[in-house]
Amino acid sequence: MKLATKIRLAAIVAFLVAVELLCRTALISRFTLIPPSEMATGLARILWAGKTNGEIATTLSGIAMAAACSIAVGFLLGAVLHSWPRARASLDPLLATYYSIPIFVFYPLFIVFFGMNRTPIVVIGFLFAVVAMMTNTLNGLDRVPRVLLKTARVLRLRRARTTLLIVLPSAAPHIFGGAKLAIAYSFVGVLGAEFILSSTGVGYQIAFAFNNFDNVQMYSLILFVVIVVATVNSALFAWERALLQRRGQW
Amino acid sequence: MDVQVALRDVTRSFDTVDGPKLHALGPLSLDLRKGEFFSVVGPSGCGKSTLLEIIAGLSPVTAGEVSFEGGAVRGEVPEGIGVVFQEDASFPWLSVRDNIAFGLRRRGMTTGDVRQRVDRALSLVGLRDFANAYPAQLSGGMRQRVCMARTLVLEPRLILLDEPFGALDQQTRLLMGDEVLALWRATGATVLLITHSLDEAALLSDRVGVMSARPGRFLDIIETNWPRERDSRLASEVDFGKVTSRLWLLLRDESMKSMGKAAPSTVSA
Ligand SMILES: Nc1ncnc2c1ncn2[C@@H]1O[C@H](COP(=O)(O)OP(=O)(O)OP(=O)(O)O)[C@@H](O)[C@H]1O
Ligand SMILES: [Mg+2]
Repeated sequence: MKLATKIRLAAIVAFLVAVELLCRTALISRFTLIPPSEMATGLARILWAGKTNGEIATTLSGIAMAAACSIAVGFLLGAVLHSWPRARASLDPLLATYYSIPIFVFYPLFIVFFGMNRTPIVVIGFLFAVVAMMTNTLNGLDRVPRVLLKTARVLRLRRARTTLLIVLPSAAPHIFGGAKLAIAYSFVGVLGAEFILSSTGVGYQIAFAFNNFDNVQMYSLILFVVIVVATVNSALFAWERALLQRRGQW
Repeated sequence: MDVQVALRDVTRSFDTVDGPKLHALGPLSLDLRKGEFFSVVGPSGCGKSTLLEIIAGLSPVTAGEVSFEGGAVRGEVPEGIGVVFQEDASFPWLSVRDNIAFGLRRRGMTTGDVRQRVDRALSLVGLRDFANAYPAQLSGGMRQRVCMARTLVLEPRLILLDEPFGALDQQTRLLMGDEVLALWRATGATVLLITHSLDEAALLSDRVGVMSARPGRFLDIIETNWPRERDSRLASEVDFGKVTSRLWLLLRDESMKSMGKAAPSTVSA
């Protein structure tokens, strides 16, 4: 294990132990925070009882759906805009200011369009994520060195082959970075929408527990979300590092 | 002698964002003879790379005509031309071996044949121990040799080299020059080499084209009359000194011009 990893783990463990002690000695009241160990046992109990498993599946599949669609659509739109400079020029201001739009406020509109079901939630996750994927794709395509494109011409590659064998591998680190962001934003969009707006999913369950002063349930589910996000992100991180390391970009 | 590449009154200007067009090259005419080794020397920014891209069909001409083996060159690179660019063009996502095999694989060659040819190219450029390394793990000069191997392995009939030894030390340069000469003799390909080294140009070439400051034209084309069987040992011959000093005299004033200085006519004490 690397020293940095050891230090990081030690810091996390120390933090958890400190919080545990503060809670146990009642320096922090139970109404504020429950001890981490109780969160863990609470989460185990919830998963074991299986009552929330349906909600968990709903949320995770919603996130997966939003992430998959935003990655696919964002990539395609990015590629189209890249080869269509005029459309890109007119969309540029929108792309640059996109993340200042509070997408949540359009929820009523989505309900009207898609009905009172899970679709509006997934759409919010998708809208959160898609533009990050798009701008990263554009960025990656912009940065393909010209000399590599010239090399493709010297090798007399046709357009499709040039794209597949030169452009995409060259832009891969940026595209991967976009996908990573899109996944993170899908989590934020879907969970946030559930929390604020919906009556299904883990986000809603957390809000519900909060409103009913059920701290064990609330903190256990928050712990669950943190664990899932951390796992997904560190897996992506490790994959990205493996890809970049041999290219010397790490 | 057969003419392989013919340029007729070629000029090239570039559009600039603000103001007038930039006149980069010409008008110039040039015939490259089939199988000759032709070098181009000239001050930085005089249009050497532009000339190379025009011959390769990578860059359009503003006026004039270009032909390769009798066919007009227009908008696409003709079959049979290989280029090593001035910039690093290795593919960072492929190992050295896969970089070199890239073009061969596109030609539908069997795996065994590809392997054999790549192995030969690897020894030629002295990278056998780095076959499985990635470009990021190599030095600039080594990466340039990867590009060299990737081009040579395809056995082009016209090889265009833009400063391929730029990042190499003098000794390795000489040895790589010998390798290129050997390859040139063995394959009968035509070589056009752009170089900043007058020694290198004098040593390797049948003819050396000396270009003026931008817009580049040929000030003179010098015939060396070397035998086809030659190598870097030529450097110790009397005639070699004559060729390099002629090149230097031609280029001195031009290089000063391109640096924005007036050429002094006499040497002050
Ligand atoms: N794509 C381009 N757009 C605009 N100007 C260009 C372009 N390519 C080259 N030029 C200009 O044309 C001139 C010749 O450039 P070129 O790269 O051919 O020079 P060079 O002789 O190869 O120089 P060096 O020895 O430094 O490589 C330069 O003034 C350069 O600024
Ligand atoms: Mg150049």
